[in-house]
This record gives sequence, structure tokens and C-alpha cells, in this order.
Amino acid sequence: MILDDTDRAILNRLQDGFPIAPEPFAMVADELGLSEADLIARLEAMKQARVITRFGPFFDATAMGGAFCLCAIAVPEDDFETVLTKVNARPEVAHNYERTHRLNMWFVLATETQEEIDRVAEELTRETGHKVLCFPKLQEFFIGFRVAA
Amino acid sequence: MSIDATDRRIIAATQGGLPLVPRPYAAVAQQLDIAESDLCDRLRAMQDRGIIRRIAVAPNHYKLGMTANGMSVWDVEDDQVARLGQMVGDLEFVSHCYERPRALPDWPYNLFAMLHGSSRDEVEALRVQVAEILGDACRGNDILYSTRILKKTGLRLRPEKG
Repeated sequence: MILDDTDRAILNRLQDGFPIAPEPFAMVADELGLSEADLIARLEAMKQARVITRFGPFFDATAMGGAFCLCAIAVPEDDFETVLTKVNARPEVAHNYERTHRLNMWFVLATETQEEIDRVAEELTRETGHKVLCFPKLQEFFIGFRVAA
Repeated sequence: MSIDATDRRIIAATQGGLPLVPRPYAAVAQQLDIAESDLCDRLRAMQDRGIIRRIAVAPNHYKLGMTANGMSVWDVEDDQVARLGQMVGDLEFVSHCYERPRALPDWPYNLFAMLHGSSRDEVEALRVQVAEILGDACRGNDILYSTRILKKTGLRLRPEKG
């Protein structure tokens, strides 16, 4: 899909501040000088083309009472696949990336409680034979990120 | 941050996204069998309390040419990390910015900032910009590029609990 200037204006406008009102698309369309139907059709097309991965409310993941923690392990290369299998087998591991560092395996644990985070990290340390380091959020600096479309 | 059973149903019904129809809140409200005005009031309340960060589109970085990203990490003076972290978090090319504990001696870094650009060279240039902001308050930094996604499952919030 090739984006035109109108698509880009829509993406730039809608990275924050979608109205909570009965006819929110009409309000945004008005701001952008479009018809409501055109705005909705363009959003639909961008969603189909996966230019938009999601449209809607973004929730604070801890709002539901869950606990999350970024963890890392320094895995020797010849042990990588074995450790990976053990780590990924845990349902608490939400995502996992290989990264360019001696600490080369970085994953997020997602559990109901903080105690479970500590328990899973300890169990994985024992099961893999490599220390799982935990990097919980202390402060979040939020957040000016926008993708210029 | 307490939320009630109706809020949980709202989260469950909207975490996949809003319908692209002229009256999206009416459509969700009907599905939940609550009034549209009640839904809107609750969404506003959750937004005011930070449970909803924003109502917005998430563009696909890759499709917009933002194909490179790096996890930059910084060893920043503890008494300055709050102020400097906020300055870094405010940068448009930084998507996630957190203070996290050091893990000495393996890991001296306490500020994490995910940098996004169109190439690895651009990301390295952004790293220089961050270093300039941090100045003498930063004793060292590194950047970790992802070389493989090893697992990716959505963080789906569970609606039935609590």
C-alpha cells in the first residue's frame, strides 16, 4: 500500500487523542477536512494493509493487577538452544529477544503477582544453570514517541 | 488502581481495538449491554486515572520505514535520573524509557531507552543525541540490537479475575 498525504495526516493526528464522544470519526474528519466515510475507509484500508497494527484504547498493563518484569540471561553460545527451549516453555515468558551483548537473552515475565516473578526467575536460574537477572521498572518516563508518517 | 467488573468487561471488549464504524462506542456499549453514555463516562474515568494511556492508532513502524531499533542503556547518576530520564522519554524517537535497577557487577546501567530510526546508522546518531543530553551525569552507555525474536505472545489482559 502506498500512503498519500491524507493517510499520513491521519496517522499523525491519531497517534494520540481520539475523542470519547458519540461520533468521534466525524469530529476527527472535520479537523482534517475529510468526510467521515473517507476517514473510516482509509483507516480500514490501512488496517487491512497492516500499516495500522491496532486502533483503540491502550491500557496500562498493570491496571489489571498483573506483574511484569524484564529479565536477562548471559547464555553461552553452545548452550543457547537448550536454554531457549527451557525459557520459552514457561507460559510466564511473554516475549523473548536475542540481543547483541554478553547478556544475550532478554525476555519479559508476566504473572499475577510479584512473588510469582521472583519464583519463576529463581526456577529458571536453577533449570538453566545461568543466573536470571531481573530489571523491574522503577520509574517510567512517559513518553513523546510518535512515528512521523 | 481499582477497577470494577464493568471496567474489566470494557477492557476485554476493546483491547483488540475499536470498531471502524461511525458510532464505535455505541457498538461496544450494545455488545456489553450498557448505555453508550455510561461506556464513555467509564472510558474517560479510566483515561483520567492512567488505566487507559491513550486512545489512538498504533502504526506499524516497519511499514513506515522505521526498520531499525536499539535498546540503549545508560549509567546515570542516581540523583539525576528522574530529571534526565524524563528528558530522554520526551524525545520523539524514544518509545520506551525506564529507570531499572543495576545488576552489579554484570550490569552498571540504570536507564533504558528504546531508540527507533530508519537504519542502524541513524539509531547510532540518535544515541549520540541522547549522550549529549545526559552529559557528565552519565558514566557509560551501551546499545543492544535485537538479532532474533525468540518468542512473541501478546500481553492479553484477563477479564475474568478480580
